[in-house]
Amino acid sequence: MRIELIPRPDPSPVARALAPLAALVVAFLVAGLVVALLGKSPVSAFEVYILQPLTDPWSLRAMLVKATPLILIAIGLSYCFRAGLWNIGAEGQFVMGGIAGSALALATHGSDPGPWLLPAMMLAGMLGGAAWGAIPAFLKVRFGVSEILTSLFLVYVAELFLDWLARGPWRDPAGFNFPQSVVFESAARLPEIPGLDRVHVGVVFAVIAVLVTAVVLGRTLFGYRLKLTGDAPRAARFAGFDAKRTTLIVFLISGGLAGLAGIAEVSGQIARVLPDISPGYGFTAITVAFLGRLNPWGILAAGLVLALTFIGGENAQILLRLPFDLTVAFQGLVLLCVLTADALVSYRPRLVTRAGARA
Amino acid sequence: MTTFEAILFTIVAASTPLLIAAIGELVAERAGVLNLGVEGMMSMGAVCAFAAAFTFDSTLAGILLGMTAGGLMAALFALAVLGFAANQVGAGLALTIFGLGLSGLIGAPFVGQTRPRVEEWPIPILSEIPLVGHALFSQDPLVYVAFGLVAGVAFFLARTRTGLRLRSIGENHVSAHALGLPVLKMRVYAVIFGGLCAGLAGAYLSLVYTRFWSPNMTAGRGWIAVALVVFAAWRPMWALVGALVFGTATVLQLHAQAAQVPLPSQLLAAAPYIATILALVLLSIRRGRAVGAPGSLGTPFVPDR
Repeated sequence: MRIELIPRPDPSPVARALAPLAALVVAFLVAGLVVALLGKSPVSAFEVYILQPLTDPWSLRAMLVKATPLILIAIGLSYCFRAGLWNIGAEGQFVMGGIAGSALALATHGSDPGPWLLPAMMLAGMLGGAAWGAIPAFLKVRFGVSEILTSLFLVYVAELFLDWLARGPWRDPAGFNFPQSVVFESAARLPEIPGLDRVHVGVVFAVIAVLVTAVVLGRTLFGYRLKLTGDAPRAARFAGFDAKRTTLIVFLISGGLAGLAGIAEVSGQIARVLPDISPGYGFTAITVAFLGRLNPWGILAAGLVLALTFIGGENAQILLRLPFDLTVAFQGLVLLCVLTADALVSYRPRLVTRAGARA
Repeated sequence: MTTFEAILFTIVAASTPLLIAAIGELVAERAGVLNLGVEGMMSMGAVCAFAAAFTFDSTLAGILLGMTAGGLMAALFALAVLGFAANQVGAGLALTIFGLGLSGLIGAPFVGQTRPRVEEWPIPILSEIPLVGHALFSQDPLVYVAFGLVAGVAFFLARTRTGLRLRSIGENHVSAHALGLPVLKMRVYAVIFGGLCAGLAGAYLSLVYTRFWSPNMTAGRGWIAVALVVFAAWRPMWALVGALVFGTATVLQLHAQAAQVPLPSQLLAAAPYIATILALVLLSIRRGRAVGAPGSLGTPFVPDR
């Protein structure tokens, strides 16, 4: 028995647009099965994960806050993935952005630095993330080292660096030995959006990133070059597009946006440096990017959906005693289903049994 | 037993899970499939092995179930990338995320439990060899299995007809298909072999190495195993060398922490990852671009009819 794939001559654009939805439905069904196997009711799980957060104003605002890093990182990743480059180390770039911006906040702590501080922190965050993203890009274009492994190993290095800072040099001396820095002063904290309680202005950064990317991809030569480099590298080379330059640029963009997400999260949400500042946003963002079909508007929607699973996951921990790992497993499952659905838009599968093959 | 012999012993033990997982990934990659799900398969192997061993109070049951879990994860991956031609890099990542989450879910009731020590099986005469005898031949049976795997896979790839076919499929699947070789079928077997090995490596971690389960206990070992395959230029014997080098790095790092070397423990913990990056760079400089990688590695194959 085997599966035969028959190429579809012209894949339907409707199917292409609906593929992520189909993937989500399949992932939900499988997750429901897992919940049932754990001896809990899938119906009440669905209620706690999805319906309750969507009907509760506080949860909806929390969802916006969680969606912010996911969308920012995923928008950056979409540049890499479109160019056919596998930056899987956004988590590390997020952490380094958080560190670089926090360095400014802590250096000016108690000195009333003035209104330049927040913009400077955001810029430092972008530079920190971009620098960390530049390492795998440089190693790839200069030495031909695969970016997949180097970008991932740098995640561990960044996390350990943050751990050292929070427990060592940046620890609050008056903090009863807790591994955390002093609380940032209000000058170093991203303000709330007026009228939206507890929602920091990082949300606006995410929306701007979506809008700018929509213009860049749709209306600029750079956007066209990216698409060509990813879809037809040979054609891109003949057209005179420099693949090495593209590699460096997309990693800088991607690292910069992940870094901005990192400092926005620290400055707007956590307000101090902790040994661990991310529940895996950098990895979840990979799922967000593909669920959004690498399209900025798609990523906006996908970011909200995956943010919902974070909120729902926290709810389920409290209400159903379902471990947060269920959320992680679900996110992996979504990615697997989306990639499979993508392939099935181009190919029609047919199950061939042994008897059928002979006939 | 001298201190040197004791350290050598722990180095071999620390290298074993890396070696087993790397050998499995090496076979899959030689067949042309890049499976980045090793970390997830290993984690599932570790948790299922511990759960089974604890429930049935049997190490053997644990090992078998750990391998089964790794194999099933690999089968899921094979269904996506070989059955439906999904992107291999993305699907591998998805498998890792899924495996890490699912293993945490399965393992929650077992956190805090421990298993008894697994008996060592010293081999007569060989274990008496000065210096290295104790480290190599007074180990638990899984270490010998790992050595056997290296020798077996090396022989299989270099000296058997099926091994030659497997390599040709990985090198150029279009030509191999034209010659009538069953490309996808052999790839499915190679991927599942990789999963069984990753599951076994996970079982070694939770049953022999630590003797408990804790979430994320694989701690990047699956990824290091993937890097080892590159490091070894897709040759089994070099995977053995590479695994010992990384095992040494891990153990020395732990000893340095225990000896209170005046360096932050985080820097020492980061050393193996930094070393891996440097090793990959140095090898690329020496070898030039991606020499040794199977030609069809990572590309989906859809046979035309």
